[in-house]
Amino acid sequence: MVLENCEIETTVFERPDSLTGTTSHYCPGCTHGIANRLIAEVIDEMGMREKTIGVASVGCSVFIYNYLNMDFVQAPHGRAPAMATGIKRVLPDRMVFTYQGDGDLASIGMAEIVHAAARGENISVFFLNNTNYGMTGGQMAPTSMPGQKTTSSQTGRDVETQGFPIRVSEMFSKLDGASYIVRRSLHDPKHIRMAKKAIRMAFETQVRGLGFSMVELLSICPTNWGISPLNSIKWLEEKMIPYYPLGDYKIHPALAEIKL
Amino acid sequence: MSLELMKGNEAVAEAAVRAGVVSYFGYPITPQTELLEYMSHRMPELGRAFVQAESELGAINMVYGAACTGYRTMTSSSSPGVSLMLEGVSYIAGTELPMVIVNVMRGGPGLGNIAPAQSDYNQMVHGGGHGDYRCIVLAPCSVQESVDLTVLAFDLADKYRSIVVILTDGSIGQMMEACELPPMQPLKTTFADWAVQGCEGRERRFLTSINLDPAAQEEMNYRLLKRWIDVEANEIRCQEYYMEDAEYVVTGFGSSARIALSAVRIARAEGIKVGLIRPITLSPFPRQVYADLSDKIKGMLVVEMNAGQMLEDVLAANRYRTPTDFFARLGGVVPFPDEVLGEIHRMVETPISTDGHPRDRWLARVLAKG
Amino acid sequence: MQTEIIIAGFGGQGVLFGGQLLAYAGLDEGKHVTWIPAYGPEMRGGTANCTAIISDEEIGSPLVRYPAAIIAMNRPSLDKYENQVKPGGLLVVNSSMLDRPVKRTDIRVVEVDAGEVAGKLGDKRMTNMVLLGALLANLPVLPLSAIENALTAHLPERHKRLLPKNFEALREGAKYLLN
Repeated sequence: MVLENCEIETTVFERPDSLTGTTSHYCPGCTHGIANRLIAEVIDEMGMREKTIGVASVGCSVFIYNYLNMDFVQAPHGRAPAMATGIKRVLPDRMVFTYQGDGDLASIGMAEIVHAAARGENISVFFLNNTNYGMTGGQMAPTSMPGQKTTSSQTGRDVETQGFPIRVSEMFSKLDGASYIVRRSLHDPKHIRMAKKAIRMAFETQVRGLGFSMVELLSICPTNWGISPLNSIKWLEEKMIPYYPLGDYKIHPALAEIKL
Repeated sequence: MSLELMKGNEAVAEAAVRAGVVSYFGYPITPQTELLEYMSHRMPELGRAFVQAESELGAINMVYGAACTGYRTMTSSSSPGVSLMLEGVSYIAGTELPMVIVNVMRGGPGLGNIAPAQSDYNQMVHGGGHGDYRCIVLAPCSVQESVDLTVLAFDLADKYRSIVVILTDGSIGQMMEACELPPMQPLKTTFADWAVQGCEGRERRFLTSINLDPAAQEEMNYRLLKRWIDVEANEIRCQEYYMEDAEYVVTGFGSSARIALSAVRIARAEGIKVGLIRPITLSPFPRQVYADLSDKIKGMLVVEMNAGQMLEDVLAANRYRTPTDFFARLGGVVPFPDEVLGEIHRMVETPISTDGHPRDRWLARVLAKG
Repeated sequence: MQTEIIIAGFGGQGVLFGGQLLAYAGLDEGKHVTWIPAYGPEMRGGTANCTAIISDEEIGSPLVRYPAAIIAMNRPSLDKYENQVKPGGLLVVNSSMLDRPVKRTDIRVVEVDAGEVAGKLGDKRMTNMVLLGALLANLPVLPLSAIENALTAHLPERHKRLLPKNFEALREGAKYLLN
């Protein structure tokens, strides 16, 4: 062992420029923080912080503009893709993304997101699916699982009366306007690394002008699910992934050449 | 001076283009659709943004996004579509962004019909979306004025960080008249210090309508109110006709005022000393004009194509000093000048009753006729 | 001086374009003009009408109950508008599409078998031009040449080759002169 080497401090982990450092309001165990950080890291790595505009939505995602260190706007519930459309059409050389939960994207905002995808709107969408409305206290979402107990489906989601969950990525894979549609998960380091690559690919899709990109991120919500973070991860693996299989749902051929 | 014969809706569109609108987002609805159609070819031709949105909700939120960039943006719709947009309108007001919205009014409530009406006065002037905010509301009565007020709308929107509504109707929108278009303005190159365009070389910015702290929200509401006081002090517009020696007054806005003008001219030719007051800004409302009406005025007739929505503002501004009557057609029925003339004759022949509310007396007359 | 003209007929008879020509021609002659359609939800068929006003001063109401002149291009239009012509006013009817005579006697009536006339000229779609010619011959609000100029300027490019025929139609109509 050479003595000098011990004196050199090597930074192995630091806050990306694209994160503000503000303490988040997310609950303990929540995966929103991971998603925020991954987006920040990717934007840093692409050197795009000063050319990026984020669109926050309504739900637990609402305060993302406090955490990401770049220009941001805050959309009405469900309308983030429409706002992003307005921004991108006026400023086509900026990188524009929305960050939306499942209530926002797949319920009240379903029309806006479907049509943004169908138009091939050149924006990126990060879609956090945690199968419930987090901020308002764990109500049933369009993504809640059959039988899932929520504060508005207290004996479990009854598909006879409350219908079935929506598999958003599968649905969007059929839209000609969509260029990059994948589902990833945030439940362990391996999957988190895969999620980060997908976020990068989504932005690369946009930067190349290839059109609409969306990364669905399966997430946990221990507080509202009423179970520990560890058990939440287990539930995600055992219940959510079989219903919402991870994978690539649509990849534009021009993306094949990109190696990350 | 070169005059062109244009439809009101298309004239507004071209005026907006020349005023430097960089993006337009809309949704088809009669009787506004020509505006959207015009923009669909005109904007791309100039390399500007046009999107036919999936709904009025989509359209107004695209405008919201575009407005955040500081560039001029607009949408247009007609009554039911505007109702759908009001969520976004409130958010845009709450974010203090400039934008222009054209409402080509039609008969309502509900789906109503597609004929000209003025029944969205209250919606545009006194509310619409939730929360404590006001929009500047401009009411043109001709194609030329639609053009002129469109240009003004963009300037006022920028000047006051305000929503400006051009409140027109199916009649003015569908009508062809001669108009002189403004020169093509260069697009904006400098932007306010709130515009979100990416944080290159500066601190990041964010635009939101959230104020979780009531004290901060109150502060914001005060700011809106202070700005509104400036608007009221500087931007009231109103046109008067034949008022110098008038003993009677007819008042109305937009189409009603035009129709009333025909009646007033005939009455003048008959020797009746009647004038016309036409508010051009409905918000801010020209209250002083009505407050200052001479005591020599023996009667005032408010004419609208709604059930007396502006009437309330006229009465309040006038403090019930001038004996006032009301006349209207509703639901998309456009009055003819001879109907208004009949009301002028009645006003001159029988002193106006001051019992009860003018609307109630009018309705009683309508019901009595059967 | 203000002259109001309503043109009424079926959708597809050139009702709206006929009215627009009056407005264009009026504008070219330095007049104030308005043109307003009675628009309905349907795109084809049904009844159509429009009001054109040509005036020496700023025009108030774009609609009037009792216009100075009406062109009725079919029976429903005659039924609807016959009683609205201002006393002493002018009613031009397309007798090719009528199965009854005009009843009023306090107005000037020009009956033109405009459909036949247009057909003989080669295209029934010029019926509106024949009737416009008859209108202007009997209502000196605009010279025929103003309509011809407006047509030249505003007929869609693809129809420009039809200009001479349209001029002929106008002139044929103008032969229906009341004393």
